[in-house]
Amino acid sequence: MNRRRLRAWIVGVIAILVSVVVFLVPFAFVLLQAAKTPAEASNFAFSWPTRWVFFQNLRDTLTSNDGVIWRAIINSAVLTVGSVTLMVIISAMAGYVLARKKSKWGPVVNFFVLAGLIVPPAVVPTIWVLQGLKLFGTIPGMILVETTLGLSFCILLFRVFVRTIPRELDEAAVLDGAGPVRLFFQVVLPLLRPVIVTVIVVQAVFVFNDFAGPLYFLPGDQNVTVQLALYTFSGQNLSFYNQLFMAIFLVTIPPLVAYIFFNRQIVSGMTSGAIKG
Amino acid sequence: MPTSTANSATAIRAADVRVDASAPGKRRRIRSYYPTWFFIPAIALYVVFFAIPTFSSFYFSLTRWSLFDSTFIGFANFVQFFQNPQLYSSFVNTLIYAVITSGTKVVAGFFLALLLTGPVVGRGYLRAVVFFPVLISTIGVGIMFKSLLDPFHGMVNAVLGFFGLPEPGWFTDPHLALYTIAAVDVWKGVGIATLIFMAGIVAIPHEYFEAAKIDGAGGWKTLRQITIPLCRGATATVIILSLIGGLRSFEIIWVTTGGGPGFTSDVLASVIYKEYQAGFFGLSTAGNVVLFLLVTAIMVPLSYVLNRKQVEL
Repeated sequence: MNRRRLRAWIVGVIAILVSVVVFLVPFAFVLLQAAKTPAEASNFAFSWPTRWVFFQNLRDTLTSNDGVIWRAIINSAVLTVGSVTLMVIISAMAGYVLARKKSKWGPVVNFFVLAGLIVPPAVVPTIWVLQGLKLFGTIPGMILVETTLGLSFCILLFRVFVRTIPRELDEAAVLDGAGPVRLFFQVVLPLLRPVIVTVIVVQAVFVFNDFAGPLYFLPGDQNVTVQLALYTFSGQNLSFYNQLFMAIFLVTIPPLVAYIFFNRQIVSGMTSGAIKG
Repeated sequence: MPTSTANSATAIRAADVRVDASAPGKRRRIRSYYPTWFFIPAIALYVVFFAIPTFSSFYFSLTRWSLFDSTFIGFANFVQFFQNPQLYSSFVNTLIYAVITSGTKVVAGFFLALLLTGPVVGRGYLRAVVFFPVLISTIGVGIMFKSLLDPFHGMVNAVLGFFGLPEPGWFTDPHLALYTIAAVDVWKGVGIATLIFMAGIVAIPHEYFEAAKIDGAGGWKTLRQITIPLCRGATATVIILSLIGGLRSFEIIWVTTGGGPGFTSDVLASVIYKEYQAGFFGLSTAGNVVLFLLVTAIMVPLSYVLNRKQVEL
């Protein structure tokens, strides 16, 4: 027993040391760069800043280029909240009926849901469709595209979860006089809370971090998202590496907060979605 | 997972029995409480923003296309695609990249999961730190590693130089760039693989390990005879997810090398973007169709084989 304990200690300490080098040093590097002066930051050295200018860098980053980062944060927030809200409602409705109703169409629907997970989206024809709808380059258009891209994953999660809710509950609600809409929104939807939180966190992180989508569907400065802003920033401001790293840090805060608050939910949701789906 | 399949199968059977037992009138009423129109928003979005673009891409890939009008030119786009050696190499790169990242994620993810489900000091911390890169943006990760791996100022080469080791141009050496990107991809994505394997390992009943111990099996033998075979479901999931991700990979490549130096780290997705950027919409869509066919040709038979083995277990 003692030997096992000793082994747990040795393996643990080695793993922690390796993890510090492999995972923590890169993050520490970003944070230190964000607190340096421009001249010092462009050295890329892993060193303590000689002068801490963290808050000044923060202010400079938020106001540089007419406050493009600030505008990007607002756009990304609208995009994320909008598409995740739509995703939750639409895929909960679809996943619920899919789990409850047995029909000969089931396999066909499943095929299309899986296709949505596997098939790479046809980007240029999507632009063509968006242009036809006068939604190209607009936030509402981007919201609809992001919602569609997340549908398959969310429907799979909701379908698996609805199966764990006993049917007797539906029957009881119906006997009490609830119509289909009330049954779903007042009885079933509140019971789906755990999986809703999972969907919100996983998809919010995904939409917030998406780069390829806005790159294709949101050209122009007006509707820039945080990932696009970060990318253009990295191309332009080569003399202001401190601001670039400050921007990386800023963009990392929302997922970090989500992770700290919903750690368990993310983990359980990812695994149930990935394995049982 | 064999257990979850069994569970849902019994659930379906129980539901059928219940419906059959109830009176015919009631049965019809209950059924109507799951209205078909609940599908309509999902179907509308799916058709407009997924199905129509996908199906029309087959037509537009055969045209010279300006987004406003298109001229039918047959298979000229595809001919151009496979005649151009640089475009062809992007096809090969896509395969290499997908296989490397997916293979590494399977192996590394499995051993990390083994470590993180075993008795180890600092387990909570280790789990958090391995998973965190999954959550941060690919663009941020790309810029971060571009600075760390910078051939002149970068920290990694400074450390290597300090020990008198060679200092390669990670993203600038044509022979190395694709593999460096693959390594960064694994760094960022191994947390998901680890998580899925952890779920798979935890789901194995304890009795198996105890029985193996009583029979005198050592650690290595237990691993080979019990853990690996009983994790097959998780392995299948990790392979499928990471291969899909690898074949479609774009962001990390675009932000670190942009497909360069030259075209040595170009993959299909980056070529599709470049063609789009240059205004060759038909050609770009043809690239998308090639990517579509490649993903389908690999994923459909593979998921069929992996899932069949799972049932046999």
